[in-house]
Amino acid sequence: MIYPTLRFLFPPEGPPILEKSVNVGKVADIPPDSGQLFRIGNKPGLLVRDAAGQFRAHIAICTHLDCTVQFKADESIIWCACHNGRYNLQGANIAGPPPRPLDPLDVTIKADEVHVSFPG
Amino acid sequence: MSHSQDKTPPAQLRDKRPDPLARMYGWANERYQLDGLIKFLKSKEVPMTRASIWYYAGGVALFLFVIQVITGILLLMYYVPTTDQAYDSVQYIMAKVHFGWLVRSMHAWSANLLILLAFTHMFSVFFMRAYRRPRELTWVTGCVLLGLCMAFGFSGYLLPWNELAFFATKVGTDIAGELPLVGPLFLEIMRGGEDVTGATLSRFFGLHVAILPGIMTVVLGLHLLMIQRQGMSKPKGWSSLPHSQRRAMPFFPQFALRDMLLWFVVLNALAAVAVFAPMHLGHEADPFAPAPAGIRPEWYFLAGYQALKWLPPTVGPINGELIGVIGMGIVGLLVLFVPFIDRTPEGGPRRRVLDIAGFIFLTGLILLTVLGHVLE
Ligand code: FES
Repeated sequence: MIYPTLRFLFPPEGPPILEKSVNVGKVADIPPDSGQLFRIGNKPGLLVRDAAGQFRAHIAICTHLDCTVQFKADESIIWCACHNGRYNLQGANIAGPPPRPLDPLDVTIKADEVHVSFPG
Repeated sequence: MSHSQDKTPPAQLRDKRPDPLARMYGWANERYQLDGLIKFLKSKEVPMTRASIWYYAGGVALFLFVIQVITGILLLMYYVPTTDQAYDSVQYIMAKVHFGWLVRSMHAWSANLLILLAFTHMFSVFFMRAYRRPRELTWVTGCVLLGLCMAFGFSGYLLPWNELAFFATKVGTDIAGELPLVGPLFLEIMRGGEDVTGATLSRFFGLHVAILPGIMTVVLGLHLLMIQRQGMSKPKGWSSLPHSQRRAMPFFPQFALRDMLLWFVVLNALAAVAVFAPMHLGHEADPFAPAPAGIRPEWYFLAGYQALKWLPPTVGPINGELIGVIGMGIVGLLVLFVPFIDRTPEGGPRRRVLDIAGFIFLTGLILLTVLGHVLE
């Protein structure tokens, strides 16, 4: 009786997430020094275009306690509002409580469109 | 004519007949021995000292709990616990349902007040040393009740499915997930999966309206039973006072009536804040939007929140949050075991250490809460 009850509490596995790559938009529509959130699989991703025009993307989940991070234009950093955690645009944790860098995603430009995918 | 007149009993006989209330009392008394209960209530006394004002905190907390039950049941009539309807149903309650705004606002305000009163009650019992032998378990059940109130607050906070609640739940469950060994399992059970989703909402709803009320009823029943069985704790030095100097008030009906009068005042104050400062609903949760700037938990979690912000990311090989979780766990256990730590009969050096520790704890708690509120 105890085993079935405990087992019942753990939800069954959902269907596998097949989406490996997403099209975030046209290069021309994303200005330098900006960031935008998008959905990849069942996770939020953050695409940042720095002042020099280069694209980088990360899983937008803070490595501290799971909040969703955002691009902070006035400081040109990635910021987590929950406990004031800060990351540079490469995703490295630079201040506040986050213990690790953000998980990176791959960015490729195909036919003037920005595609983001899970690495590997 | 004269026949019908004969049927009416003469005036002196009519007066001797017990009135309906007394007859009902007699009926119940015969079966449930109410006389004994009333004798017991009348023999109960409440010491009257300068600290007597604190005796009302527990009663007010109990009254607020009753308000929570009533308003909670009313909200259940319209609330829908699914991600696509939860927010809309709360909005519907506030905008369309007759007095829905009042019921929801009272539920939210009363929840906050209840926790404030429970803390006040706990600290007053602590500083009056009312937890000492033979009332150790009354203290322990009281601590469990405070924990349950906070669990009620945490689970209820998510139910409107708004932005703040969504992230508060992410953070709160993630902290629990930090526990060594059992943490990840715990996280999955609480969230109903890897992330905070509709599955989490269903679980929190079940917790808030079924599991916690069930446990609360049992523990609260025990807490009250113990207080009734053992009577009020007498203040320090009371028993050595000569009889003539012991000022006390009978619990029934004098103290009970004062209690009720205060409840009436609290009910009105609650209705007034609910009307003039209604609780806002905020924006609907969006799992793919960033955590909003200025996000903060409810005030009773602010101290823990501020401590989390200050903890370094890692201490040696250990995660900062883990240290925080262990630290809070130790503080919680120390509080729970206070009656077993302080066993000296009257005063004594250990008592003074506890007094100072309690004072530092209370000051620290208030300070961290204020800082959590004002700092970025
Ligand atoms: S969750 Fe991001 S800093 Fe705490």
